[in-house]
Amino acid sequence: MSATAKLSVKRGTPEHTYDEEFDIPYSEGMSILDALMWIHAHADSTLAVRYSCINANACKECSVMVNGKVTYACTARLSREGDRVEPLPTKTLVRDLVTDTLPAKETLASVLAGSR
Amino acid sequence: MPHLDADVLVIGAGAAGMYAAIAAANAGADVLLVDKSIVGRGGATIMAQMTVAAALNQDGDDGWLKHHRDTLKAGRGLCNEELSEILCKEAPDRIRELDAWKVGWARREDGKINGVMAPGHSVPRCVYVDFLNTGPAVARTMRVKVSRTKGVRRVSGLSVREIVVHEGRAIGAVAVNVDDGQVVTIAAKAVVMAAGGLTKLFRRNSASANMGGDAYAIALRAGASLLDMEFPQFFPIGHLAPRLVGMDPIMWDPFRYKLGGRLLNGNMDEFLENYGFSDGGKYTATRDETAYAIVRENEAGRGSPAGGAYLSFTHVPEAELRRAFGPVIDLLAENGIDLTQNAVEVAPIAHYHMGGIRVDGEMATDVPGLYAAGEAVGGANGANRLSGNAIPEAFVFGERAGRFAAAMAAGRALVWEEAAAAPALALIGEIDARAEAGGTGPTATIGELWFEVQEMMWEKVGLMRDEASLTAALERLREIRTNDLATVPLSPGHAHNTTVEDWFDLRNAVEVAECIALAALNRRESRGAHQRLDYTATDPEFDRNQVLRLSGTEIVADWVPVVHTDTSLEEVA
Ligand SMILES: Cc1cc2nc3c(=O)[nH]c(=O)nc-3n(C[C@H](O)[C@H](O)[C@H](O)COP(=O)(O)OP(=O)(O)OC[C@H]3O[C@@H](n4cnc5c(N)ncnc54)[C@H](O)[C@@H]3O)c2cc1C
Ligand code: FES
Repeated sequence: MSATAKLSVKRGTPEHTYDEEFDIPYSEGMSILDALMWIHAHADSTLAVRYSCINANACKECSVMVNGKVTYACTARLSREGDRVEPLPTKTLVRDLVTDTLPAKETLASVLAGSR
Repeated sequence: MPHLDADVLVIGAGAAGMYAAIAAANAGADVLLVDKSIVGRGGATIMAQMTVAAALNQDGDDGWLKHHRDTLKAGRGLCNEELSEILCKEAPDRIRELDAWKVGWARREDGKINGVMAPGHSVPRCVYVDFLNTGPAVARTMRVKVSRTKGVRRVSGLSVREIVVHEGRAIGAVAVNVDDGQVVTIAAKAVVMAAGGLTKLFRRNSASANMGGDAYAIALRAGASLLDMEFPQFFPIGHLAPRLVGMDPIMWDPFRYKLGGRLLNGNMDEFLENYGFSDGGKYTATRDETAYAIVRENEAGRGSPAGGAYLSFTHVPEAELRRAFGPVIDLLAENGIDLTQNAVEVAPIAHYHMGGIRVDGEMATDVPGLYAAGEAVGGANGANRLSGNAIPEAFVFGERAGRFAAAMAAGRALVWEEAAAAPALALIGEIDARAEAGGTGPTATIGELWFEVQEMMWEKVGLMRDEASLTAALERLREIRTNDLATVPLSPGHAHNTTVEDWFDLRNAVEVAECIALAALNRRESRGAHQRLDYTATDPEFDRNQVLRLSGTEIVADWVPVVHTDTSLEEVA
């Protein structure tokens, strides 16, 4: 039996944002990140989200807003009733769920600015 | 186009890359350390929750020779003994150095660093940070150390596409800043490849998003040789069900070891000993043996419902569980897992790669100016790695790669040759043009292609392989390389363009997948992590290492004798 859950995602770039809804094949206990990775693999590979460790909750790269609260996508559970995911509101938007969260002193721009 | 100069460029910032950067800078080099994710957070290092093996010999019952003997035994005759010796000899130095950097190794009551037993080790020598915090503590400590080391510049979010080679020497790299698509060239007197492993190529894995084999593919195209590529390691009891979030899927091992977790088949019977592996009560069966037994049970229709085996702690008193698991018990409860009541399901998952870039004792590859370190390197662990040997490998080889790269750089002038970077820049331009011309509607073709590769690698090139499955995989991989990659739709935009990143990742993944399948096809025997259904015995004929190189666009294979050292023959008490 295949249940689905609705996931609404705020997407786009600083020039233009929009909402999109996806039907996710639901399985008990899955995370919001599982759902986003499913979208990326099977529905729309243009969906951008920053993450690395997937299971370990160690890299702390996957911060997003789920239903209005800042949380880690990899530990927040997808609910059958449907959820909404948005990028972090306090950071500059890069694309979709990716925001400007790289440590400021270790970006290409900062190294170029400091290079001889 | 922006351009950066450095004495030493380090690609990848896990334990190996960060150690290389620190060692190179301490030797006086001006270092550029880059990572396609965030420095110290993108790879396997931060996820490692268990232990680090080193013969600290605090009780007079251990020594590097003994650690080496255990390593060779697990390696099934294929360890490059020069490398495995270096690993075992220098691991204690690195562990003590990390201790001085305040990593927080767990202590015994007498104040000494606590070493515990782990499967395959003959004495308790595996150090750790509580609770399940080894990797995060190592990553945090090294990140701080790197940031305080004079002479290291760090760039996160920079994906290296290609190493630039001029007149046979590595002279730098071409990279892309993922968040805005900016292309950058980097000139360096020496380059250290420390971009980690490849387990993401298999559907069931313990990998982070950045472990798709970039290190091997980029080094191969730069002219380096790859060793023992048929030997990805499958961790036997990766978590399978129910869904467990917030925890690394290989977390069960130390608990099984400490508490005597029972491994049961679908009928709730113990089964390891039916395969002749002694495990009874001591849990000393090695990784390859346990993985093999679980797959065979499933083939015989005796698997657990999700396709693995049960791991049960129900016979262990609750108080003892609480003591051993500590706060982990609460995390498990959040996942609806109550170990006093229910068994969990576990199964083999792709976890580590024994093979990799071929290096000498100075971590120099076959390409002058190019060094390698960490999981990206092959040889030290032969056909099967001992639990706890990978983190020390990253430390020890990272430190050496940085030190020797800096020494090499010290005697040289910086060279940059734009023409040598031209092919890499042209490909980036071509893919960019394809993406800009692409549609903006939803497309999952490249995601599906990635999924297909993972599925195929798992089914045909995974734990159980034979000539037919490997040949079929090779054929499809070559087709993907030549056809699918040339036509798969990409989408426009320079800000964090996932389809473009996926394209370059997949290009590397497919090339590396082909290396694994080809090497596995050529090794017509079973040994360690490489199990052939059609050649089930170990054949002394194959007491050799396999080396792959790129010749034009063809991957060619060759056999070389195993590197033995005199000391390895010494008897250890
Ligand atoms: C879940 C898990 C648990 C483990 N537990 C243990 C354990 O308990 N004990 C043990 O000994 N070993 C363990 N291992 C293995 C061990 O963690 C690894 O072998 C080791 O950390 C590898 O270190 P590294 O520095 O070589 O690579 P990594 O730590 O993987 O770092 C590689 C870095 O390279 C970056 N990178 C990749 N491609 C590019 C590119 N093209 N451009 C720029 N950067 C790039 C990645 O983002 C990453 O940050 C575990 C592994 C996993 C996955
Ligand atoms: S993906 Fe690493 S913390 Fe969420």
